[in-house]
Amino acid sequence: MLRFFILVLLSITSAYAAFDTYEFKDKDKELRFHELSADMRCPKCQNQNLADSNAAIATDLKQKIYLMLEADKSDTEIVDYMVARYGDFVLYEPRFNAQNAVLWLGPGALLLLGLIVVIWLTRSRNNKNAENTEQVPELDAKQEKALQQLLNKDKKS
Amino acid sequence: MPRLLLFIPLALFISLSFFLWKGLSIDPRELPSALIDKPFPEFQVAALLQPERMLSKADFIGKPVLVNVWATWCPSCRQEHEQLLRIAQDNKINIIGLNYKDERAAATNWLRQLGNPYAFNIYDEAGMLGLDLGVYGAPETYLLDAQGVVRHRHVGVVTAQTWAKLQVMIQKLGVNQ
Repeated sequence: MLRFFILVLLSITSAYAAFDTYEFKDKDKELRFHELSADMRCPKCQNQNLADSNAAIATDLKQKIYLMLEADKSDTEIVDYMVARYGDFVLYEPRFNAQNAVLWLGPGALLLLGLIVVIWLTRSRNNKNAENTEQVPELDAKQEKALQQLLNKDKKS
Repeated sequence: MPRLLLFIPLALFISLSFFLWKGLSIDPRELPSALIDKPFPEFQVAALLQPERMLSKADFIGKPVLVNVWATWCPSCRQEHEQLLRIAQDNKINIIGLNYKDERAAATNWLRQLGNPYAFNIYDEAGMLGLDLGVYGAPETYLLDAQGVVRHRHVGVVTAQTWAKLQVMIQKLGVNQ
Protein backbone atom coordinates (compact mmCIF):
# COMPACT_ATOMS: atom_id res chain seq x y z
CA MET A 1 0.00 0.00 0.00
CA LEU A 2 2.75 2.42 1.01
CA ARG A 3 4.64 1.63 -2.15
CA PHE A 4 1.56 2.38 -4.18
CA PHE A 5 1.20 5.74 -2.44
CA ILE A 6 4.77 6.69 -3.13
CA LEU A 7 4.33 5.74 -6.75
CA VAL A 8 1.22 7.92 -7.03
CA LEU A 9 2.99 10.84 -5.37
CA LEU A 10 5.97 10.50 -7.66
CA SER A 11 3.81 10.40 -10.76
CA ILE A 12 2.01 13.58 -9.62
CA THR A 13 5.22 15.54 -9.21
CA SER A 14 6.53 14.45 -12.58
CA ALA A 15 3.24 15.48 -14.24
CA TYR A 16 3.50 18.85 -12.54
CA ALA A 17 7.02 19.41 -13.77
CA ALA A 18 5.84 18.97 -17.34
CA PHE A 19 3.93 22.27 -17.08
CA ASP A 20 7.13 24.14 -16.43
CA THR A 21 8.64 24.62 -19.86
CA TYR A 22 11.66 26.52 -18.60
CA GLU A 23 14.47 24.29 -17.51
CA PHE A 24 17.27 25.77 -15.50
CA LYS A 25 20.56 24.13 -14.74
CA ASP A 26 21.03 26.59 -11.93
CA LYS A 27 18.60 26.38 -8.97
CA ASP A 28 19.32 29.99 -8.05
CA LYS A 29 18.31 31.19 -11.51
CA GLU A 30 15.12 29.21 -11.33
CA LEU A 31 14.26 30.92 -8.07
CA ARG A 32 15.02 34.33 -9.56
CA PHE A 33 12.88 33.47 -12.56
CA HIS A 34 9.91 32.70 -10.33
CA GLU A 35 10.44 35.87 -8.31
CA LEU A 36 10.75 38.08 -11.40
CA SER A 37 7.73 36.62 -13.16
CA ALA A 38 5.68 36.93 -9.98
CA ASP A 39 6.65 40.59 -9.46
CA MET A 40 5.86 41.71 -13.00
CA ARG A 41 2.45 42.49 -14.30
CA CYS A 42 1.11 41.19 -17.61
CA PRO A 43 0.39 44.25 -19.79
CA LYS A 44 -2.51 42.51 -21.53
CA CYS A 45 -4.46 40.92 -18.69
CA GLN A 46 -3.76 43.59 -16.19
CA ASN A 47 -4.69 41.90 -12.95
CA GLN A 48 -2.38 38.96 -13.38
CA ASN A 49 1.33 38.67 -13.01
CA LEU A 50 3.46 37.12 -15.71
CA ALA A 51 3.69 33.82 -13.88
CA ASP A 52 -0.09 33.36 -13.73
CA SER A 53 -0.92 34.69 -17.16
CA ASN A 54 -1.33 32.62 -20.30
CA ALA A 55 -1.59 35.62 -22.62
CA ALA A 56 0.73 35.52 -25.63
CA ILE A 57 2.60 38.59 -24.47
CA ALA A 58 3.12 37.13 -20.99
CA THR A 59 4.61 34.00 -22.55
CA ASP A 60 6.93 36.18 -24.65
CA LEU A 61 8.04 38.19 -21.65
CA LYS A 62 8.68 35.05 -19.60
CA GLN A 63 10.69 33.67 -22.48
CA LYS A 64 12.69 36.91 -22.54
CA ILE A 65 13.30 36.76 -18.79
CA TYR A 66 14.45 33.17 -19.20
CA LEU A 67 16.84 34.07 -22.01
CA MET A 68 18.22 37.03 -20.10
CA LEU A 69 18.78 34.90 -17.00
CA GLU A 70 20.58 32.30 -19.07
CA ALA A 71 22.70 35.12 -20.50
CA ASP A 72 23.73 35.96 -16.91
CA LYS A 73 21.93 39.28 -16.75
CA SER A 74 21.29 40.75 -13.32
CA ASP A 75 17.81 41.29 -11.89
CA THR A 76 18.08 45.07 -12.28
CA GLU A 77 19.12 44.68 -15.92
CA ILE A 78 16.06 42.54 -16.60
CA VAL A 79 13.71 44.89 -14.77
CA ASP A 80 15.20 47.91 -16.58
CA TYR A 81 14.73 46.14 -19.91
CA MET A 82 11.05 45.56 -19.20
CA VAL A 83 10.44 49.05 -17.85
CA ALA A 84 12.12 50.61 -20.90
CA ARG A 85 9.56 48.85 -23.12
CA TYR A 86 6.41 48.59 -21.04
CA GLY A 87 6.83 51.44 -18.56
CA ASP A 88 6.49 51.40 -14.80
CA PHE A 89 3.20 49.65 -15.32
CA VAL A 90 4.89 46.23 -15.51
CA LEU A 91 6.14 46.49 -11.97
CA TYR A 92 3.80 45.38 -9.23
CA GLU A 93 5.88 47.46 -6.88
CA PRO A 94 6.34 50.71 -8.79
CA ARG A 95 9.47 52.78 -8.37
CA PHE A 96 9.37 56.16 -6.75
CA ASN A 97 9.29 59.00 -9.28
CA ALA A 98 7.80 62.46 -9.75
CA GLN A 99 4.62 61.07 -11.27
CA ASN A 100 3.70 58.75 -8.43
CA ALA A 101 5.24 60.75 -5.58
CA VAL A 102 1.74 61.72 -4.41
CA LEU A 103 0.81 58.08 -4.07
CA TRP A 104 3.96 57.20 -2.16
CA LEU A 105 3.99 60.23 0.12
CA GLY A 106 0.25 61.01 0.28
CA PRO A 107 -0.71 58.55 3.06
CA GLY A 108 2.18 59.67 5.27
CA ALA A 109 1.35 63.32 4.66
CA LEU A 110 -2.33 62.73 5.47
CA LEU A 111 -1.41 60.88 8.66
CA LEU A 112 0.84 63.76 9.68
CA LEU A 113 -1.94 66.24 8.87
CA GLY A 114 -4.38 64.20 10.97
CA LEU A 115 -1.94 64.13 13.89
CA ILE A 116 -1.46 67.89 13.69
CA VAL A 117 -5.23 68.44 13.67
CA VAL A 118 -5.73 66.11 16.64
CA ILE A 119 -2.97 67.82 18.64
CA TRP A 120 -4.32 71.22 17.72
CA LEU A 121 -7.86 70.29 18.74
CA THR A 122 -6.89 68.76 22.09
CA ARG A 123 -4.68 71.75 22.88
CA SER A 124 -7.36 74.28 22.16
CA ARG A 125 -9.83 72.25 24.20
CA ASN A 126 -7.40 72.11 27.15
CA ASN A 127 -6.88 75.85 26.92
CA LYS A 128 -10.63 76.41 26.99
CA ASN A 129 -10.98 74.19 30.06
CA ALA A 130 -8.20 76.04 31.79
CA GLU A 131 -9.91 79.34 30.98
CA ASN A 132 -13.20 78.03 32.33
CA THR A 133 -11.74 77.07 35.72
CA GLU A 134 -10.02 80.41 35.96
CA GLN A 135 -13.20 82.26 35.25
CA VAL A 136 -15.24 80.81 38.13
CA PRO A 137 -16.18 83.93 40.04
CA GLU A 138 -15.39 84.19 43.71
CA LEU A 139 -18.48 84.31 45.92
CA ASP A 140 -18.86 87.14 48.33
CA ALA A 141 -20.13 86.52 51.92
CA LYS A 142 -23.77 87.03 51.05
CA GLN A 143 -23.71 84.64 48.12
CA GLU A 144 -21.83 82.07 50.23
CA LYS A 145 -24.58 82.16 52.82
CA ALA A 146 -27.27 81.73 50.18
CA LEU A 147 -25.42 78.77 48.76
CA GLN A 148 -25.12 77.11 52.16
CA GLN A 149 -28.82 77.61 52.76
CA LEU A 150 -29.69 75.98 49.45
CA LEU A 151 -27.43 73.02 50.17
CA ASN A 152 -28.87 72.56 53.65
CA LYS A 153 -32.41 72.67 52.29
CA ASP A 154 -31.44 69.91 49.91
CA LYS A 155 -30.14 67.73 52.77
CA LYS A 156 -33.29 68.11 54.87
CA SER A 157 -35.73 67.15 52.21
CA MET B 1 -10.73 82.26 9.83
CA PRO B 2 -11.89 79.16 11.80
CA ARG B 3 -15.17 79.43 9.90
CA LEU B 4 -13.28 79.13 6.61
CA LEU B 5 -11.46 76.07 7.98
CA LEU B 6 -14.82 74.33 8.20
CA PHE B 7 -14.93 74.31 4.41
CA ILE B 8 -11.79 72.18 4.12
CA PRO B 9 -13.69 68.83 4.22
CA LEU B 10 -16.07 70.10 1.54
CA ALA B 11 -13.16 71.20 -0.64
CA LEU B 12 -11.48 67.81 -0.17
CA PHE B 13 -14.72 66.04 -1.03
CA ILE B 14 -15.18 68.09 -4.20
CA SER B 15 -11.64 67.47 -5.39
CA LEU B 16 -11.98 63.74 -4.65
CA SER B 17 -15.27 63.61 -6.57
CA PHE B 18 -13.61 65.40 -9.47
CA PHE B 19 -10.85 62.79 -9.68
CA LEU B 20 -13.31 59.90 -9.38
CA TRP B 21 -15.51 61.45 -12.09
CA LYS B 22 -12.46 61.93 -14.31
CA GLY B 23 -11.56 58.28 -13.70
CA LEU B 24 -14.82 57.16 -15.28
CA SER B 25 -13.70 58.29 -18.71
CA ILE B 26 -10.23 56.73 -18.52
CA ASP B 27 -9.79 53.32 -20.10
CA PRO B 28 -7.40 51.39 -17.83
CA ARG B 29 -6.45 49.08 -20.69
CA GLU B 30 -5.00 51.98 -22.64
CA LEU B 31 -1.48 52.28 -21.32
CA PRO B 32 0.82 55.12 -22.19
CA SER B 33 3.68 53.88 -24.34
CA ALA B 34 7.05 53.91 -22.62
CA LEU B 35 8.49 54.89 -26.00
CA ILE B 36 6.68 58.23 -26.44
CA ASP B 37 9.21 60.84 -27.62
CA LYS B 38 11.83 58.11 -27.92
CA PRO B 39 13.24 56.76 -31.16
CA PHE B 40 11.62 53.72 -32.77
CA PRO B 41 13.80 50.68 -31.93
CA GLU B 42 16.45 49.63 -34.42
CA PHE B 43 15.66 46.44 -36.29
CA GLN B 44 16.65 44.17 -39.17
CA VAL B 45 13.59 42.14 -40.16
CA ALA B 46 12.41 40.63 -43.44
CA ALA B 47 9.51 42.06 -45.42
CA LEU B 48 6.23 40.13 -45.44
CA LEU B 49 5.60 40.03 -49.17
CA GLN B 50 9.24 39.89 -50.27
CA PRO B 51 10.94 37.52 -47.81
CA GLU B 52 14.36 38.21 -49.34
CA ARG B 53 14.12 41.94 -48.68
CA MET B 54 15.50 43.07 -45.32
CA LEU B 55 13.83 46.10 -43.77
CA SER B 56 15.29 48.49 -41.23
CA LYS B 57 14.46 51.78 -39.60
CA ALA B 58 16.07 53.66 -42.49
CA ASP B 59 13.17 52.56 -44.69
CA PHE B 60 10.75 54.94 -43.07
CA ILE B 61 12.79 57.92 -41.97
CA GLY B 62 12.21 61.24 -43.75
CA LYS B 63 8.44 61.55 -43.50
CA PRO B 64 5.94 60.98 -40.67
CA VAL B 65 4.44 57.48 -40.86
CA LEU B 66 1.86 55.34 -39.12
CA VAL B 67 3.03 51.93 -37.94
CA ASN B 68 0.09 49.55 -37.61
CA VAL B 69 0.55 46.33 -35.64
CA TRP B 70 -1.73 43.64 -37.03
CA ALA B 71 -2.17 39.90 -37.40
CA THR B 72 -4.62 37.54 -39.03
CA TRP B 73 -5.47 35.98 -35.63
CA CYS B 74 -6.75 39.33 -34.42
CA PRO B 75 -10.47 39.97 -35.05
CA SER B 76 -10.23 43.69 -34.27
CA CYS B 77 -7.65 44.01 -37.04
CA ARG B 78 -10.24 42.88 -39.55
CA GLN B 79 -12.59 45.46 -38.08
CA GLU B 80 -10.16 48.34 -38.61
CA HIS B 81 -8.96 47.20 -42.03
CA GLU B 82 -11.60 49.22 -43.95
CA GLN B 83 -10.55 52.37 -42.12
CA LEU B 84 -6.89 51.70 -42.89
CA LEU B 85 -7.77 51.36 -46.58
CA ARG B 86 -9.55 54.73 -46.42
CA ILE B 87 -6.51 56.32 -44.73
CA ALA B 88 -4.31 54.91 -47.50
CA GLN B 89 -6.66 56.42 -50.09
CA ASP B 90 -6.48 59.84 -48.39
CA ASN B 91 -2.79 59.69 -49.28
CA LYS B 92 -1.73 61.98 -46.43
CA ILE B 93 0.58 59.55 -44.70
CA ASN B 94 2.13 56.15 -45.37
CA ILE B 95 1.00 53.22 -43.26
CA ILE B 96 3.63 50.64 -42.48
CA GLY B 97 2.37 47.25 -41.39
CA LEU B 98 3.99 45.36 -38.55
CA ASN B 99 2.72 41.83 -39.05
CA TYR B 100 2.97 40.55 -35.51
CA LYS B 101 3.44 36.86 -34.64
CA ASP B 102 1.62 35.65 -37.70
CA GLU B 103 1.95 33.11 -40.49
CA ARG B 104 3.33 34.44 -43.73
CA ALA B 105 0.86 32.57 -45.96
CA ALA B 106 -2.19 33.61 -43.95
CA ALA B 107 -1.06 37.24 -43.85
CA THR B 108 -0.34 37.30 -47.59
CA ASN B 109 -3.80 35.88 -48.26
CA TRP B 110 -5.40 38.46 -46.01
CA LEU B 111 -3.82 41.33 -47.95
CA ARG B 112 -4.82 39.77 -51.27
CA GLN B 113 -8.43 39.32 -50.19
CA LEU B 114 -9.08 42.46 -48.14
CA GLY B 115 -6.78 44.89 -49.94
CA ASN B 116 -3.39 46.24 -48.95
CA PRO B 117 -3.29 49.65 -47.27
CA TYR B 118 0.39 49.29 -46.31
CA ALA B 119 3.41 50.87 -48.01
CA PHE B 120 5.25 47.74 -46.88
CA ASN B 121 4.98 45.14 -44.14
CA ILE B 122 7.53 44.08 -41.56
CA TYR B 123 7.21 40.36 -40.88
CA ASP B 124 7.83 40.09 -37.15
CA GLU B 125 7.30 36.37 -36.78
CA ALA B 126 8.69 35.92 -33.26
CA GLY B 127 7.31 39.22 -32.01
CA MET B 128 10.74 40.47 -30.95
CA LEU B 129 10.40 43.86 -32.66
CA GLY B 130 6.95 44.08 -31.09
CA LEU B 131 8.55 43.41 -27.73
CA ASP B 132 11.11 46.18 -28.26
CA LEU B 133 8.26 48.50 -29.19
CA GLY B 134 6.26 47.61 -26.07
CA VAL B 135 3.41 46.02 -28.04
CA TYR B 136 1.09 44.01 -25.82
CA GLY B 137 -1.55 42.98 -28.31
CA ALA B 138 -2.86 43.76 -31.76
CA PRO B 139 -4.10 46.10 -33.08
CA GLU B 140 -1.92 48.99 -32.04
CA THR B 141 -1.00 52.00 -34.13
CA TYR B 142 1.99 54.28 -33.65
CA LEU B 143 2.58 57.72 -35.14
CA LEU B 144 6.23 58.41 -35.90
CA ASP B 145 7.64 61.77 -36.95
CA ALA B 146 10.08 62.31 -39.82
CA GLN B 147 13.04 61.43 -37.55
CA GLY B 148 11.50 58.10 -36.59
CA VAL B 149 10.58 59.24 -33.07
CA VAL B 150 7.41 57.73 -31.59
CA ARG B 151 4.88 60.54 -31.04
CA HIS B 152 1.67 58.72 -30.26
CA ARG B 153 0.34 55.26 -29.57
CA HIS B 154 -3.23 54.21 -30.22
CA VAL B 155 -4.35 50.91 -28.68
CA GLY B 156 -7.31 49.16 -30.28
CA VAL B 157 -9.32 49.62 -33.45
CA VAL B 158 -8.57 52.67 -35.62
CA THR B 159 -11.91 54.35 -36.31
CA ALA B 160 -12.89 57.45 -38.31
CA GLN B 161 -12.62 59.44 -35.05
CA THR B 162 -9.14 58.07 -34.38
CA TRP B 163 -8.10 59.09 -37.88
CA ALA B 164 -9.48 62.61 -37.30
CA LYS B 165 -7.38 62.89 -34.13
CA LEU B 166 -4.32 61.47 -35.88
CA GLN B 167 -4.69 63.98 -38.72
CA VAL B 168 -4.51 66.87 -36.24
CA MET B 169 -1.32 65.37 -34.77
CA ILE B 170 0.16 64.80 -38.23
CA GLN B 171 -0.54 68.40 -39.17
CA LYS B 172 1.22 69.59 -36.04
CA LEU B 173 4.25 67.46 -36.92
CA GLY B 174 4.29 69.01 -40.40
CA VAL B 175 4.16 72.54 -38.98
CA ASN B 176 6.99 71.89 -36.54
CA GLN B 177 9.36 70.71 -39.22
